[in-house]
Amino acid sequence: MIKTTLLAGAALLALAGATPVLAQQVVKIGAVYPLSGNSASTGNYAKMAFEMGVDLINNGNADLAKVFPLAKGGGLPGLKGAKLQLVIADNQGTPQAGANQTLRLITEEKVAGLVCCYQSAITVTASAVAEKYGVPMINGESVAANLTERGFKWFFRTTPVAADFATAYLTFLKEQKAAGLKTDSIAIVHENTEYGNSVSSVIADAFAKGGLNVTMKIPYAANGPDVQPQVLQLKEKNPDVVIFISYTQDAILYAKTRKELNWKPPILIADDGGFNDPAFTKQMGPVTEGLISRSVFAQGKPGSVAAIMDEIYKKKTGGDGLDDVSARALQAFFVLADAINRAGSTEPAKVQAAIKATNIKAEECVAGYDGVKFDDKGQNTLASTLVTQLKNSNYVAVWPKSRATDPLVLPYKGW
Amino acid sequence: MSMTLVQVVIGGLLLGAVYALFSSGLTLIWGMMNVVNFAHGDFVMLGMYTAVVIWTSLGGGPWASVPAAAIVIATLGVISYFFLVRHIMKGPMLAQILGTFGLALFLRYGALWAFGANFKSLPDNLVGHSFVLGGIRFEGSRVLAAVVGLGVTFALHLILTRTQIGSRMLAVSENATAAQLMGIRPQRMQALAWAMAGAATGIAGALIALFLPISPTAGETLAIVAFVTVSLGGFGSVTGALVAGLLIGVVESLTAYLVGPIYKEVIVYTLFVLVLWFRPQGLMGKA
Repeated sequence: MIKTTLLAGAALLALAGATPVLAQQVVKIGAVYPLSGNSASTGNYAKMAFEMGVDLINNGNADLAKVFPLAKGGGLPGLKGAKLQLVIADNQGTPQAGANQTLRLITEEKVAGLVCCYQSAITVTASAVAEKYGVPMINGESVAANLTERGFKWFFRTTPVAADFATAYLTFLKEQKAAGLKTDSIAIVHENTEYGNSVSSVIADAFAKGGLNVTMKIPYAANGPDVQPQVLQLKEKNPDVVIFISYTQDAILYAKTRKELNWKPPILIADDGGFNDPAFTKQMGPVTEGLISRSVFAQGKPGSVAAIMDEIYKKKTGGDGLDDVSARALQAFFVLADAINRAGSTEPAKVQAAIKATNIKAEECVAGYDGVKFDDKGQNTLASTLVTQLKNSNYVAVWPKSRATDPLVLPYKGW
Repeated sequence: MSMTLVQVVIGGLLLGAVYALFSSGLTLIWGMMNVVNFAHGDFVMLGMYTAVVIWTSLGGGPWASVPAAAIVIATLGVISYFFLVRHIMKGPMLAQILGTFGLALFLRYGALWAFGANFKSLPDNLVGHSFVLGGIRFEGSRVLAAVVGLGVTFALHLILTRTQIGSRMLAVSENATAAQLMGIRPQRMQALAWAMAGAATGIAGALIALFLPISPTAGETLAIVAFVTVSLGGFGSVTGALVAGLLIGVVESLTAYLVGPIYKEVIVYTLFVLVLWFRPQGLMGKA
C-alpha cells in the first residue's frame, strides 16, 4: 500500500515536474512577409491569416475540429500539446531585407521552420539562407518556375506554379475561341521583376506551343506614377485579349487609366497578384466588372474547411474574407504545422522528412487544391487553380465548369 | 504627328506640371538655406493622407482638401524647422542628411501605424470625369493638378522675385549675418520658407491623391522624381523645377510609348547625367 502510494506520489511528482515543462514548450514558426513597401497590404492580410492559424491550433474551434483535426485546441498533439508561436518579420519588399530577416529568424529566434515570402524575387534570396542553415521553408505564393529547379533540399512549395496557370488560361481561352470569341491577338502587360518576367514568359511559351499568338509584350516598373503611355499603346493596337501581371498599386493605376482613356479589351485577364488584394477589389471593382483572374480560393459549401475558416477570418479582419493570397499563405502554414506535429520534434531533419511525407487530402485544404503532396523537387503535385471572374466586386469561380459556381460572362464589361 | 502621339505628349506635360508642383517645395528649401529635405516625399504622402481624411470624415473634395493640406503641411514644415532643422543646420552636412532622413522614416512609419498599410484611393468623381477636346482626352484630376501646379509655381516665383518678403528671404539665404544687421530676422524668414514649401508640398499631395493610390510608402518614388527634377532644374530655382518637371514628364511619356515603359528611367537618367555633365548647376541654377 505504502509502496503503491509512494510510487503514485513519485509518478505525480514526475508528472508535476514534467508537465509544466512540456506545456510551456513553444514551437516557433517564422514568417517573412511584406509588412511595408509596395505589397504591405497583401503582407498584412497574410499576417492576419497566420495569426488565425496559430490561434486555431493553440485554442481550437469546435466546428472546425470536425473536419480539421489540428483545430482541436491545445497545441500540437504530436509534441505533447506544445503551443505554436508565430514570429513574423518584415521583408520590406526587398530581396536583401528578406534574406536578412530570414537569417535573423533562424539564428536569433531559432524558428523550427519558415513560411516565406510572397514575392518571388524575395523567396529566391530568403530560401538560399534557409538552405544554407538547413531549416525547412514552405512557400505558399511565389510562382516563379525556377524556385524549385535549384536542387534545394529544404525548400517546398505548395502553390500551383506559373506553368499550371498558363495551362489553365490556355485551355480556358481555347474554349472561348471554340465558342466563337476572337483570340487572334494577345497582349501581355507585366511588371518587370522576377514575378512578372517569369510568369509572362511561361505564359508566352505555353501559348506558343498551344497555338495561341502572343502579339505584344509590355514590361513596366510597378512603382511608377503614370501608366497612360502603356494604355495608349494598347488602345492603338487593340488586342483581343490582354493579360495583366501586376502588384496592387499598379493594378489600381491601370484600372483607373483604362477608364479615363475609355478603353477595354473583349477579354481582360488579370493574373492574380495585386488584383486579388481586397484594396483593389473594393476600390476598383465597380470599374473592372467581368475581369478574369485566377484563384485557388473558393469558399465552397457550408461546413467545409474553407467556408469555416473564411468566416473566422472575416471576424478577425472586420469583413474581408480569405482571398487567393491569404488562403495560399495559410495553406503553407498548415502544411508546416502538420509536418512538425507528425515529426513530433522541432529537429530540422525530422521536420524535413515529415514534410516530404506530407499527404493532405483536398477536403482538409483551406486552399482549393486537390491536396498537398510534394515531388522530389519540393513542388506540390496536387496544386491546382480555378479561373474566376469579378462580379459586383467579388470573385466567383467560373471555370472549369465542374467547379464553377457562376456562369461566365463575356465580353469584359468594365464600368 | 498622330493623334495618339499628341495624347502622349499632353499626358507627359500634365505629368510634368505635377512633378514641378511637388518639387517646388524642395527647391525652395534648398535655395533658402542649403538644406536638402529628405523627408520631402513623406510631406507629399502626408498631404495625400490629409485629402483622404478630409474625404472620409467630411466628404470634402479638393476644394476643401487642398487648402487643408496646405495648412497642415505648412504647419508640419514650421514644426520641423523649429524642432529639428534649426538645430541640425549648425552641424555638419551629414547631420542634416541623417536628420531629415530620420524625419522621413518617422513620418513614413508613423503613417503606417496611423493609417495602416492598405492602399486607399479617393473616388473618381471628385473632380469630374475626363473630357475630350479636339480629339484629345483630358483626365479631370490631372488637369486640375497641372493647372494648380503651374499657378503655385508662378506664385512662388512672384513672391521670391517681386515682393519685399521675397527680397528679405533671398537676403537671408545669401548672407544671414548681413541680413540680420539690416534688421531682418533670419530665423523668421527661414521658418517662413518652410511654411511656404510645406504649403506647396501639401497642395501637391492633396492633388496627387486624386489620381494616385495612397499608401505610407507613396512618398518614396515621388521623392526620387523630386530630387531629379530639382537637380536638373537647378537647386534653388523654382522656374528651373518647372522646366525640368515638364521636360522629364514629356521624355518619360514619349519613351514609355515609343520605346517601352521599362526604358523610361534609363533615358531620363541619361539625359539627367548629360545635362549635369555640361551644366553641373542644372538648367537654370546659378553657377
